[in-house]
Amino acid sequence: MSGGATTATRAEYCVVACAEAWRDAGEVLASPMGTIPMIGARLARLTFSPDLLLTDGEALLIGDVPAVGATAQVVEGWLPYRQHLALVATGRRHVMMGASQLDRHGNQNISCIGDWSRPKRQLLGVRGAPINTLNNPTSYWVPRHSPRVFVERVDMVSGVGYDRAAAAGPSASRYHRIPEVISDLGVFDFETPDRTMRLRSRHPGVTVDQIADATGFALTIPDEVPYTREPTAEELRLIREVVDPKGLREREVPA
Amino acid sequence: MSRDKTMTAEEAVGRLESGMTLGIGGWGSRRKPMALVRALLRSDLTDLTVVSYGGPDVGLLAAAGKIRKLVAAFATLDSIPLEPHFGAARQRAAFEMVELDEAMFMWGLTAAAHRLPFMPIRAGLASDVMTVNPRLRTVRSPYEDGEELVAVPALRLDAALVHLNRADVHGNGQYLGPDPYFDDLFCQAADQAYLSCERIVDTAELLKAQGPQSLLVKRAFVNGVVETPNGAHFTSCAPDYDRDETFQRAYTQAARDPEAWRAFTEQFLSGDEAAYQAAVAAFHEEEA
Repeated sequence: MSGGATTATRAEYCVVACAEAWRDAGEVLASPMGTIPMIGARLARLTFSPDLLLTDGEALLIGDVPAVGATAQVVEGWLPYRQHLALVATGRRHVMMGASQLDRHGNQNISCIGDWSRPKRQLLGVRGAPINTLNNPTSYWVPRHSPRVFVERVDMVSGVGYDRAAAAGPSASRYHRIPEVISDLGVFDFETPDRTMRLRSRHPGVTVDQIADATGFALTIPDEVPYTREPTAEELRLIREVVDPKGLREREVPA
Repeated sequence: MSRDKTMTAEEAVGRLESGMTLGIGGWGSRRKPMALVRALLRSDLTDLTVVSYGGPDVGLLAAAGKIRKLVAAFATLDSIPLEPHFGAARQRAAFEMVELDEAMFMWGLTAAAHRLPFMPIRAGLASDVMTVNPRLRTVRSPYEDGEELVAVPALRLDAALVHLNRADVHGNGQYLGPDPYFDDLFCQAADQAYLSCERIVDTAELLKAQGPQSLLVKRAFVNGVVETPNGAHFTSCAPDYDRDETFQRAYTQAARDPEAWRAFTEQFLSGDEAAYQAAVAAFHEEEA
């Protein structure tokens, strides 16, 4: 596997796109939720963001960068849930959450589908989405881009979007920021005058029409949409040999 | 010498009443006081308000129809993201729900422990947590910033149930795993607290296992101590044991079908705690 193979898979483009979310993040906790964000955060720490803090998924900050699923050999800190929730309020964290639904303003739902009082389908509950979105940068990862996820209106606002934060006033918007949304099709941001979602880049092999068709709202699409950047040979080596030797990324985003 | 507070799980549950607000410690499918929950299942208690970082405690009580109101930010089995009984109960609107953010929940418990009416927090603003909880209010900072924040009401508990690794007979509780969760807060927020543990040891033995910071729960906040080996099963109780993933999968599968759930209940939950533990051991022998 080492050496020659430089043709990246879709999953590997996604890993690099997720890693990029933590570029220049500084000395903050990277909280990836999902396999590919976890591989991305570890890749970022091994390359361009060495100051990132990472957890073992439980209560420890890890001092080394083991493969996904392997046990860390070095512990550099303690972060039980009560400290984790307090850390969020300090803002020294960039979380990448999942989203069962996401609208053009970045409102996210992981709580339930349908009417909240008697949901058609109960999901996780709001969990920490409200505190995350009001306190530290919150990006989103969507492994299967579809109109069922990218919707006109979410059923239960768990993570707060730009429109709701602005409407609720300065206490809500003060530390609110959604840097990026990354899906299996492309990378999105909110760098528009009205802070609605924009297509920033498409992964190689994906057309703009394909993305528009898979999105349930009108996306801002610039005239020129670049491709998501290529992984470097060293990044591919790190992904394939160090961080994810078992190829778990290909299960989350099949080729 | 302070009092000996040891009792059985039945005696602990015997101190509780229908209609009470019960806080349950642990987090998701981690260090849940499952032996106490199983004792609750065997009791006549009903109409409960349950306050929990929810796991199978919520699922089992919901399946048994014992919950009138649930205060939670989630209910999960961790390695299996969706708690099946919780989901089914919500989808038939089986109980009233107070859905809070994880940090709002922590500050609600903290307010109760500090005997304060509320705690201010940024979380919740602009989210639908405010919409589905119309009783939630905001509070304005009296200082120059004038910030408007959520006033999370105190989550005062009639009783708390927690499970730790070790305790002495007086109610000093020790955790040996990596995370205390919020078990001390639950006890402080409650009028009475019942602490189950893997093993009761002499007070002098406690610090042989770990340093003084592992002494999480103080006896002044504990009314009863119950020794229940494997009492967090099937949730994790590190370092004594990990989550029983095989059993949790069987639980989840059974929960998805009424007939299978009746069989599961018959096999595991029709007797006392000793019968449960024996049935679990037999289950693993068959699996092996």
